[in-house]
Amino acid sequence: MSDSTATANRAVAEVHHEHPPYQRHHFESVDQQFDATNFAMWLFLLTEVMFFGGLFAAYLIMRNWYYPAFVAASHQLQIFWGTANTVVLIASSFTMAMGVWCAEMRRKSGLVLCLSLTLLLGFAFLGIKGIEWHEKWEKHHIPGPHFSVQSFLNPASDVEVHKQYPDDKPLAPDMAQKTEEYFFLYFAMTGMHALHMVIGVGILIFMIFRARAGAYTTGHVTFVENFGLYWHFVDIIWIYLFALLYLISRHS
Amino acid sequence: MSEQTRNGEHEHHIVSPGIYVVILCALLVGTAATVGVSYVDLGIWNPIIALAIATTKAMLVVLFFMHVKYSTRLTKLTVAAGIFLFLVLISMTMADYISRAWGRW
Repeated sequence: MSDSTATANRAVAEVHHEHPPYQRHHFESVDQQFDATNFAMWLFLLTEVMFFGGLFAAYLIMRNWYYPAFVAASHQLQIFWGTANTVVLIASSFTMAMGVWCAEMRRKSGLVLCLSLTLLLGFAFLGIKGIEWHEKWEKHHIPGPHFSVQSFLNPASDVEVHKQYPDDKPLAPDMAQKTEEYFFLYFAMTGMHALHMVIGVGILIFMIFRARAGAYTTGHVTFVENFGLYWHFVDIIWIYLFALLYLISRHS
Repeated sequence: MSEQTRNGEHEHHIVSPGIYVVILCALLVGTAATVGVSYVDLGIWNPIIALAIATTKAMLVVLFFMHVKYSTRLTKLTVAAGIFLFLVLISMTMADYISRAWGRW
């Protein structure tokens, strides 16, 4: 072994100070590692903001263009289910935040409980979404060859909705066609949101197994913390979807 | 890097469960309020109030559930940049549509 290599090895040994096993070698401290991964997670979330932002921009413009169609079509959504799902998702955000706290406090059983509750609420959200989508399927409100404008040409034919919105006037045939645009955006936005929920549920199941093995309760909370950011972000998207798709067209 | 991290003073802040409970309650109240307001006919104000309540709820989630209030300046700046870029995206798109074909579709 040459002298220079020996010197280098000694230098490495000297700078290789004591640190926890989860700290990567290229970080000076655990805090620096935490800040760097936190920053990276936020950058990912910014790309998500831009992604959903495009859908929101499309909704904003389309709603202004085909206003009567968008109002009539949004009356098809049931505010009860939308509210229920909002409460479910807010509760799941709370249990997730409590999960992060449990991980910080190194409470293993608490963390497993919180993650399991979050998972349960995630499934509840997807279940309710399934009920709503199924209704759209039954009423031929899914864009495509089977799409029907019957509810909008003749509102009285849609007894349930007509009872809630007796003032809804029939739309002209060309405007009634534009309700398909609303449902296209409805399925694109809630579908993309649900896809994020499905991915989140998958990661939650993985995390529950890892948490039971004690992976996150030894001081290394980065994974739980960053997953929490993702989960809360998905919650925020729903808060806006609920307001824009369900609520703002009730009186119009 | 912010001064906090350079000095190693930026203690990893742990948000207490009490704050989470308060935020949970505020979010539930906000949800009830936005649903309640949607049943009142306020004309042009309906979407404005709905979006204002949604934004308030989102801010609570970002600041407390996502710990941005207790984060480094780098994180705060990143979040602010995201909101700013989103507003640029919306306003530039709207400027384009309004100045070209508004009312002529």
